[in-house]
Amino acid sequence: MNDLRRASDEQGIARRIRADLLFAAVGLSCLLLGVLTLSVLFLEMAVQGLPRLGIDFLSSFPSRHPGEAGILPAWVGSLAVMLVTAAAAIPLGVGAGIYLEEYAPRNALTTIIEINVTNLAGVPSIIYGLTALGMFIYQFGLGRSVLTAGLTLALLILPIIIVATREAIRTVPDAQREAAYACGASTWQTTRDHVIPGAAPGILTGIIIGLARAIGETAPLIAIGAVTFVAFLPDPPVLGEAPFLSAGWLHAPFTALPVQMFNWTVRPDEAFRANAAAAAFVLVLMTLAMNGLAIWLRQRMRRHVRW
Amino acid sequence: MVDRPRQAGAPMAEPQPLKARVSGLSFHYGSLKALDGIELPVFERRVTALIGPSGCGKTTLLRCFNRMHDLYPGNHCQGELMLYPDNINLLGRQVDPIAVRMRIAMVFQKPNPFPRSIYENVAYGLRVRGERSRVVLDEKVEQALRRAALWEEVRERLDEPGASLSGGQQQRLCIARALATDPEMILFDEPTAALDPVATSNIEQLMTELKQRITVVIVTHNMQQAARVSDHTAYMYAGRIIEFGKTDDLFIRPRMKQTEDYITGRFG
Ligand SMILES: Nc1ncnc2c1ncn2[C@@H]1O[C@H](COP(=O)(O)OP(=O)(O)OP(=O)(O)O)[C@@H](O)[C@H]1O
Ligand SMILES: [Mg+2]
Repeated sequence: MNDLRRASDEQGIARRIRADLLFAAVGLSCLLLGVLTLSVLFLEMAVQGLPRLGIDFLSSFPSRHPGEAGILPAWVGSLAVMLVTAAAAIPLGVGAGIYLEEYAPRNALTTIIEINVTNLAGVPSIIYGLTALGMFIYQFGLGRSVLTAGLTLALLILPIIIVATREAIRTVPDAQREAAYACGASTWQTTRDHVIPGAAPGILTGIIIGLARAIGETAPLIAIGAVTFVAFLPDPPVLGEAPFLSAGWLHAPFTALPVQMFNWTVRPDEAFRANAAAAAFVLVLMTLAMNGLAIWLRQRMRRHVRW
Repeated sequence: MVDRPRQAGAPMAEPQPLKARVSGLSFHYGSLKALDGIELPVFERRVTALIGPSGCGKTTLLRCFNRMHDLYPGNHCQGELMLYPDNINLLGRQVDPIAVRMRIAMVFQKPNPFPRSIYENVAYGLRVRGERSRVVLDEKVEQALRRAALWEEVRERLDEPGASLSGGQQQRLCIARALATDPEMILFDEPTAALDPVATSNIEQLMTELKQRITVVIVTHNMQQAARVSDHTAYMYAGRIIEFGKTDDLFIRPRMKQTEDYITGRFG
């Protein structure tokens, strides 16, 4: 070999290159196995569901006849529930995360809260459903409504948002905080002007990942009694006349995409499977769109924040 | 050695008034003792330099002056840091750290501009104080940038991000940010450690100008820099002040063998 390698090094280098190649091969196989499995599942779903997918499917109510059934109340319900979830979970989660990172004194109580928040992120979702059944429905009397569903899912993703917020806040360098404090800023001024803008891309990503998780949840919604056969839409939130806004939709019974899907898959009639696959396709698209939005927003905002 | 050795912090003959006096100051990071019985006078409108080997506590001492340690839990300090003419112990529990930082500014070792425009970087301290008038802001920003010898270089690009400047310019931007709020005292922690000789001499020049009006405390690893810019020097070692005196005396006739070894480069 007429390169730099000395004869005495030849052996060692060759052996290490072989090890490198071996590891790369193993890693690539792991990756391909995962990606292939997912692709096959996705393709199967698309093949089954795409023939059913169309305007009619999106704009029809469920029906006993698989060919006529649609997902209108399901996706409208999902959207309404997501609105409630976002409205409840974002301010609570981000606020709690900011408090824990920037304000909370380091003491035993804070530590206990922190450990609990982290653990809550791992609690099975059905538990949230049962808790919500006891709390929102029996205690607070909110009924089996959009509001209850939204709040339940908000509880479910609250730990995700808190943890993401805290992690995003920790990426803001201390030098930035010190610079602000040294200018005479208060904690809130420092947080508002430097910590939150610096952490915003990460917080936003956490929020969207949380919402994407919530939109696919089925078990807690079934636990709180999602209706699986809804033949009407909730009242519109905006009215043509005063007072223009209406809260009626919050109290409407609801269904959601994953619940509708679940309902179809347990039917004995094969034809409903195609409906379920088509609904799954819509759900996956919605989730992908949300994740895409998260990535896009993060890239956009990162460009503005450079330390 | 003509002088009798003087105890650091003992009454001095100098006529300049004191701006601050550290007495009996000890500082712990958790259980680690970083400062031990510090005595240090800081004279008004003079430059006081803190020198000493790495890890001897210079930064720790400097950060006591603007209560930076309050930002992190688990530290505690005893002793006094009196500010004059108020005659108030800056370290006192009842003293609001924000009030301290509004009067005592700081420039850090690594330039840390905000990810904002040059203008907004300098204006930040004023905005924090509630200044809204564009006229006042414009005027003070320009004045601060002029005093930091940066105005000519950035006057055409005030809206560009602070990070678009070179390292030396960024450090002067941070100095302008500190000056914009008219502090009485300004703390420099190795402000030129990351800079080339030209930028360094600009900043040294600036310090000499600054002391016409305000009190300066500077931490530096550069003996020549301490000798050039400071009026008084404290040599620190292992959390204590080994020797304090007029810079000329300390560099020409150090009283302690250890100081002499350090400044002549035989140690540290
Ligand atoms: N945040 C901290 N937590 C714990 N110990 C610290 C911390 N900062 C500094 N120390 C310790 O305190 C002592 C003094 O540190 P300090 O940063 O004041 O030294 P210094 O004189 O500024 O050193 P250098 O010249 O390297 O900057 C050192 O032993 C250091 O390890
Ligand atoms: Mg230091």
